[in-house]
Amino acid sequence: MSTQAPSAPPPGERIRAVRTFTRRAFPLWSWLWFILGALYFILPLYATLDFSLRMERDTLGLKAYAVAFADPGFARTFGYSVLLAVITILVSILLVVPTAYWIRLRLPEARRIVEFITLLPFVIPAIILVFGMIRIYSSPVNLPFTDIRLLAPLTTSKFGTNVLIVAGYIVLGLPYMYRSVDTGMRTVDVRTLTEAAQSLGANWLTIMARVVLPNVRTALLSGALLTFAIVVGEVVLASYLGLPTFGPYLFLLGQHRAYEPAALTFTTFLLTWAAMGIIQLVTGGQGQVAGAH
Amino acid sequence: MAFLSIQHATKTFAQSSAVEDFNLEIEKGELVSFLGPSGCGKTTTLRMVAGFEVPTSGRIELNGVNITKQAPNQRNVGMVFQAYALFPNMTVADNVGFGLKVGKKPKEEIQKRTAEMLGLIRMPQLGDRYPYQLSGGQQQRVALARALAIQPQVLLLDEPLSALDAKIRVDLRSEIRRIQQTLGITTIYVTHDQEEALSISDRIVVMSAGRMEQVGTPFEIYNFPKTAFVASFVGTLNQLRCTVVDSGQGKLTFDGQTFVATAPIRAANGASVVAALRPEELHFGKYDGENQLTGKVEAVTFLGGIVRVRMVLGQSQITLDALNERKLTLPKVGDMQMVSFPAHACWVMAEN
Repeated sequence: MSTQAPSAPPPGERIRAVRTFTRRAFPLWSWLWFILGALYFILPLYATLDFSLRMERDTLGLKAYAVAFADPGFARTFGYSVLLAVITILVSILLVVPTAYWIRLRLPEARRIVEFITLLPFVIPAIILVFGMIRIYSSPVNLPFTDIRLLAPLTTSKFGTNVLIVAGYIVLGLPYMYRSVDTGMRTVDVRTLTEAAQSLGANWLTIMARVVLPNVRTALLSGALLTFAIVVGEVVLASYLGLPTFGPYLFLLGQHRAYEPAALTFTTFLLTWAAMGIIQLVTGGQGQVAGAH
Repeated sequence: MAFLSIQHATKTFAQSSAVEDFNLEIEKGELVSFLGPSGCGKTTTLRMVAGFEVPTSGRIELNGVNITKQAPNQRNVGMVFQAYALFPNMTVADNVGFGLKVGKKPKEEIQKRTAEMLGLIRMPQLGDRYPYQLSGGQQQRVALARALAIQPQVLLLDEPLSALDAKIRVDLRSEIRRIQQTLGITTIYVTHDQEEALSISDRIVVMSAGRMEQVGTPFEIYNFPKTAFVASFVGTLNQLRCTVVDSGQGKLTFDGQTFVATAPIRAANGASVVAALRPEELHFGKYDGENQLTGKVEAVTFLGGIVRVRMVLGQSQITLDALNERKLTLPKVGDMQMVSFPAHACWVMAEN
């Protein structure tokens, strides 16, 4: 150390020095809350995993998984739910992307109304949705005040019921799908990009395919993932419409068996995480692009 | 007939009028700036030329063709935006080649033209980068190359430098001017920065509240402003409220000091008028044959190339700009100083 008395740093320097010090100090409280939060999520998950491995007395093993997967009901209901999820996602994208795009481009005043509509599933429980659907669509739908028939009863046919449940799932997924797509469009300033493409001679189809969709891909994937998770785990709509999806199957299984539902719960959880991992892998570069703006 | 002709263009948005009766003829190869504060209608006018807004009334002709209601993608007009608007999912080369690809040009031609454009903006090595890997200045160069690649009839620049740092802004604006002159492309440049407009343009249209205030060369706009708005918006201006002593001689008085302005003055003797004077026309000391005023120094600001001095003369304030010199002795705050200016430097502004 030099014996020379150090000259006082200018005020700005001093502030910077203090800030550096605080940044280096261990953020005890932040870590404490983080760990508590993490435990809140991890402990039940660990308990489920641990329980699912104890089907055989005194040993840890995968018997519960083997038994659960061997049941043909599992593959049938899970496959059916995945199919419904995929259809729901595709129809949602077709509905939400053009809507969000048009609102960004031409109808900014409609945004508040549409946002309100997309948030309705948070306010109106699924049970009310399904009762409303059954009440309206179990009898023929006529043009109001006339005898002109618009729709045959939907709940009486298998196809009609499937249409109803997909429609219901689209509504349940709307808050997630619309928000992620709308945020994605805002992040890349889709309006100016559209104008840039237009001035370069592009038509609407080209703009949609080459400019809009590639730049909201990450947003679409995260919306799709959330919709997928909702559909695969959904119980209320499926039970009341009487459709053999994975949700009611898991629920019924839980009433008769102990270990298998735990195994299946953990499996679906892993599948969801795997899907998220895939999205991260696929969109690794793209995510950065959005972040750069 | 001019290359680009805007005739009586008006744009109204829900009761409020954004542009009123805009008339302008632009010759081929000319660079015209639209200059004005935000909300003056300059961008709306540009967007009408681009096709993003349809005029409420009026007509726009480009190379003899009426394009008033033509779709933007039919106009062959290149546009550069303030926010760059590069496609984030495409490389620099793909961005530049986008318009040609959309126009279904052969692959070799797209490659050749893209390389040519990247050379023009002096970024030949960066074709395979993505926009997020570039600085703001580089992104805006790419946006310029992309707009020029389609060989547009007109190039439209909407505040292209506003998002950039001061240093890059100055470099890039001379770069834009160089490229514009090399290609001889007709260009409209929208800006709120008067220095930018003065330095880059063949002609400037000064706008305020949707109306055209004045059209002229940078020299005309700065030295012979036609309205009080132009005079005060472009450059710094001293405005002194005076009383006319002799309108024929151009003689004025304020706060007990008398001086001579450009004669004759179009106001009756005894009338109250505003005399205008640029800060750089004033100098310290007494010069024969010039007007002399005396005031107290209130502030001295050293700006590098120039020294800006604010003085109080009775009820009025004036600003004086002196060129910096190493032998200069800076005046002190509180000093009484005499300043001089020739009669022709001062003019009486028309009352609006």
